[in-house]
Amino acid sequence: MAQLPFIAAIDAGIHQEMRRDPNVLYFGQNLATTENHEFVAEYGHDRVRVTPISETAEIGIAIGAAMAGLRPVVELYMAEFMLVAMDQVVNEAPRFRYMTGGQVKVPLVLKAGFGFAAGWAGQHTGSLTALFMGVPGLKVVVPSTAADAKGLMATAIRDDNPVVFMHHYLLTLEHGEVPDGEHLVPFGVAAVRRTGSDVTIVATGWMVNRALGAAATLAAEGIEVEVIDPRTVAPLDLDTILTSVAKTGRLVVVDQAPRHATVGGIIAADVAEFGFSSLKAPILQVNARDVTVPYSEPLEAYVIPDEARIVDAVRRVMQSGG
Amino acid sequence: MSLQSPSSEQQIEMLTQMLRIREFEERVKRTFTEYPGVIRGHTHLADGAEASIVGALSHFKKGDAALATYRCHGYPLALGTDPKAMMAEILGRADGICKGLGGSMHLTDVANGFLGTSGIVGAGIPHAAGAAWAAQIRKKGEVVFCFFGDGASKQGAFHETLNIASLWKLPVIFVMENNGYNVVTTSEQEDANAAAGQPLAIKATSYVMPGVTVDGTDPLAVAEVVGHAVARARAGEGPSLIESKVYRLSAHGNIIAPPGVPLHYPEHEAITVFGKREEYEAALRGDPVPRFRGKLVQSGILSGAAADALNAQVAAEMDVAVKFAVASPFPALESALDNVYA
Ligand SMILES: Cc1ncc(C[n+]2csc(CCOP(=O)(O)OP(=O)(O)O)c2C)c(N)n1
Ligand SMILES: [Mg+2]
Repeated sequence: MAQLPFIAAIDAGIHQEMRRDPNVLYFGQNLATTENHEFVAEYGHDRVRVTPISETAEIGIAIGAAMAGLRPVVELYMAEFMLVAMDQVVNEAPRFRYMTGGQVKVPLVLKAGFGFAAGWAGQHTGSLTALFMGVPGLKVVVPSTAADAKGLMATAIRDDNPVVFMHHYLLTLEHGEVPDGEHLVPFGVAAVRRTGSDVTIVATGWMVNRALGAAATLAAEGIEVEVIDPRTVAPLDLDTILTSVAKTGRLVVVDQAPRHATVGGIIAADVAEFGFSSLKAPILQVNARDVTVPYSEPLEAYVIPDEARIVDAVRRVMQSGG
Repeated sequence: MSLQSPSSEQQIEMLTQMLRIREFEERVKRTFTEYPGVIRGHTHLADGAEASIVGALSHFKKGDAALATYRCHGYPLALGTDPKAMMAEILGRADGICKGLGGSMHLTDVANGFLGTSGIVGAGIPHAAGAAWAAQIRKKGEVVFCFFGDGASKQGAFHETLNIASLWKLPVIFVMENNGYNVVTTSEQEDANAAAGQPLAIKATSYVMPGVTVDGTDPLAVAEVVGHAVARARAGEGPSLIESKVYRLSAHGNIIAPPGVPLHYPEHEAITVFGKREEYEAALRGDPVPRFRGKLVQSGILSGAAADALNAQVAAEMDVAVKFAVASPFPALESALDNVYA
């Protein structure tokens, strides 16, 4: 085990796979521009390249390379930049396996940071995960710990499908214990970050930390919160969530996106349909307010879900129902 | 660089492939009236582009790949795909080359090197460059043929990809089939080069690669020009842009209509939209298929009787394909749930 910052853990996952599989490529903007760049030095320019600012071509090239047998990892930096190439992400990469009747595989990873609520204002702070979650053929990964960042990246590279790897920018320098050597975290297996018997909270990315903070506060009041981190939202481990709700009878979903663009809302709908008989109270959602993320610090903090709003939602869900 | 010109046998093979594509497309068209309702959605025909397709793919070798657009019936035929499986796909049947999941716009035959088709204009161009990156790494001299229309050269994907392909010297041949139209918009109405009287191949100069305009109705001319581009790509010298001037002899596609309205092919937009019947009729007079046949007969490469026999053979082949497709069952319902993930 090593203490690594989240961002280094992602790189460790990429290295792990590039060392074992010569078909893995790594490319994107503003990387690999010198011969001593760590990836260039180890793997060479056949596999590691800087690209121009051409997201459509970058992702499109990844698709073609994947169909031709390679495993590209595209460094996109910010999830918003994928919007420029939304056709390639949503309407090309995940379509080919299906439309060809299974003749091709499109194994690629789109590495994109998101949610940078650090004064980046309106265009670099979005929590766009739910945009990708419902696209058949895409897998969507949202690590919240350094260990998962490595293990989920490695699994994403080995997966035979297009994977959107959404890493939260506010976690970039968070340190965590990261297993040395080969480390893989399976897709579709949620992590229970804290156990509790009164209320279930489901959260992803940085919101997991805030949910854990809220849970600590609530424990002092005698409310025991279980915090579930799905880790991958497509595939989604609904079973772990339903099992928890069967125990607690209460669900709060926390999501950094505006209410009608959340992963949490989709999870709430699934639990309402498949776990209704377990519920003692209506499901509550804690989301960003329905605005573009503002620049000014207090306004940004007002818009993004914080521990106080999560605590408040848990108290309310404890008071409602039977 | 000098290229060997195609032998008599190769020229006869080219004519055969052109006839097969033409007959296949004629049968797709006829199916709308012979079997109303069996073809759904939108089909786009390659008639008029046969010489370009066959000339370009005459350089295709095993290990190479080709990618194209929704107008994709011609290439797989030339590459060896079974027309029965293609027609069954167009009818959404279990024996379709893509199991009925893709249809007319998404024919793919990986086993024969036809790697994929996107229905989104321009979107497949970077896919070809990606496949070319894979070929570059394999270092076996393999190349990728990337087919698209004139309209696609207005997409960012085209420009982004040509820039990168040139920069990285990717072994890809960009074949733009310039049929003068993007649906009902003429090139002059949407393209600054065309409006200024320039060939669209001039776009290659921005990306520092050869850009050549060729008469796409002459398979030998196309074969020669593409041959140089292929040799260049195989030698690791990078991509080329070929503007192959063709005229599509059918409308852009069958009519777009909700279910219940029988589908059919209207007349070409030159007539229906622009009232330029003469433009269309001139193109018909220059129809590449009878022209190439006439050329081979005239030069003694093929006798008239042998040419007639070829026609009959091809007609029989495509008749079998249509009958096979019509008789093929629909896929099992639960097969709709397969192939979402690998
Ligand atoms: C991005 C996108 N925009 C619009 C369309 C609708 N569309 C389908 S084919 C076509 C014309 C394309 O013209 P061109 O590239 O010249 O190819 P052609 O059909 O003439 O072979 C258009 C606009 C589309 N499929 N994709
Ligand atoms: Mg056109």
